[in-house]
Amino acid sequence: MKSHVWRPLYVALGIIALLLVLRVFLVPNDFGVSEQGYMYGWHRTSNEAEWKKVTVKYKGSEACKECHEKNYNDITSSPHADIGCENCHGPLLNHPEDPEKLSIDRNRELCLRCHLKLSYKTSDRGNLKGINPETHNAGSKCVQCHAPHNPGQLGQKQEVKK
Amino acid sequence: MNRREFCKKSLLIAGGLVVPLSALELFNPERLLAEKNDKSKTRWVFLVDTHKCVGCGFCVKACKTENEVPYDANVTRTWVERYVITNDGKAHIDSPKGARDGFQSAKLDQNHAGMEEIKEEDIAKAFFVPKLCNQCENPPCVQVCPVGATYKTNNGVVLVDRKWCIGCGYCIMGCPYSVRFFHPVYHVAEKCNFCYHRISQGMKTACVDACPFGARQIGNLKDPKDPVTKVIMNERVNVLKDEYGTKPQVFYIGLPREVK
Repeated sequence: MKSHVWRPLYVALGIIALLLVLRVFLVPNDFGVSEQGYMYGWHRTSNEAEWKKVTVKYKGSEACKECHEKNYNDITSSPHADIGCENCHGPLLNHPEDPEKLSIDRNRELCLRCHLKLSYKTSDRGNLKGINPETHNAGSKCVQCHAPHNPGQLGQKQEVKK
Repeated sequence: MNRREFCKKSLLIAGGLVVPLSALELFNPERLLAEKNDKSKTRWVFLVDTHKCVGCGFCVKACKTENEVPYDANVTRTWVERYVITNDGKAHIDSPKGARDGFQSAKLDQNHAGMEEIKEEDIAKAFFVPKLCNQCENPPCVQVCPVGATYKTNNGVVLVDRKWCIGCGYCIMGCPYSVRFFHPVYHVAEKCNFCYHRISQGMKTACVDACPFGARQIGNLKDPKDPVTKVIMNERVNVLKDEYGTKPQVFYIGLPREVK
């Protein structure tokens, strides 16, 4: 047979060879099948370790207790006991090095997350004390009258930092 | 000792030696159940109590910060839906910004249709349902990935390889629960991974730690003593879209039929 018939075959074989060579360089060594089989475990195994390395930002209220024991005890003996410190004060990160100071969310919206009145009888939300933000001292901050660490007592006027 | 007696006794001793110690151990049904399918000692599962959820959205806030999902982008790994079922049987659903700031109005946010007001006397039932990745036993999102960028770990969590993902979006379309989205920064598929960096060092997920009401719990289904396992095994729990055959591993207490 004439050579022009064979030529496309040589080209095709050449492309396949090139792809196989490229594959060696491009596909990572740890790419393969894990115990989960071809359908669910066909992946780069070192990726699992990469996900484990993500920085933990929220460290839990117990970490706050080490230095702020009084504040910790105040809130844990109040009706707000179950609310973690970081929900209002933000994530601990590497405090006190970075950030040196944590912010405090004093917006009405923070309190309204739970205390907007929603009379949903079939949900625990219906049992929470709530207000209508349009009629209940609109515009003023909740912490002017309510102490978040001791919400049981009313009329605890606090100085509101700007 | 005669010959007959000698043979009898040696056979008895040899027979006794052959019986391994493990054969004398009584069957432990709990252990058998745990080891039935595979040898992995962990299978992470999630338990949500829809009665306890009040829709504060602290879970969404914590999740977005912990997992570096841009805070103001309207995408989130977990979200909370509000269901208000009126007396005529109609379900009114909303989830403004995925409830990142909770629900700041009694009116329901219907996007372009505006805010929907529902009179209190018309409400038959109303409740909140947190949603997150179901870490399915048969994850359809993993099956459709053409490059092997998403996979299931041996402890049941489905992960995405950000370096390997080509951003084709097949998995986003394939997930029946719509938990996947494009990460606005990395432009690859993104999803809840049960805070893999936290659970693998013995911590709880950020959303579980943030929830003040105990509506969210994470547990190991392979551990029969885990309180979450006990609830899943002994109480009436349900899963989302069971009929799809994906075997979702997020279990709900008090899941009504209106929730899809």
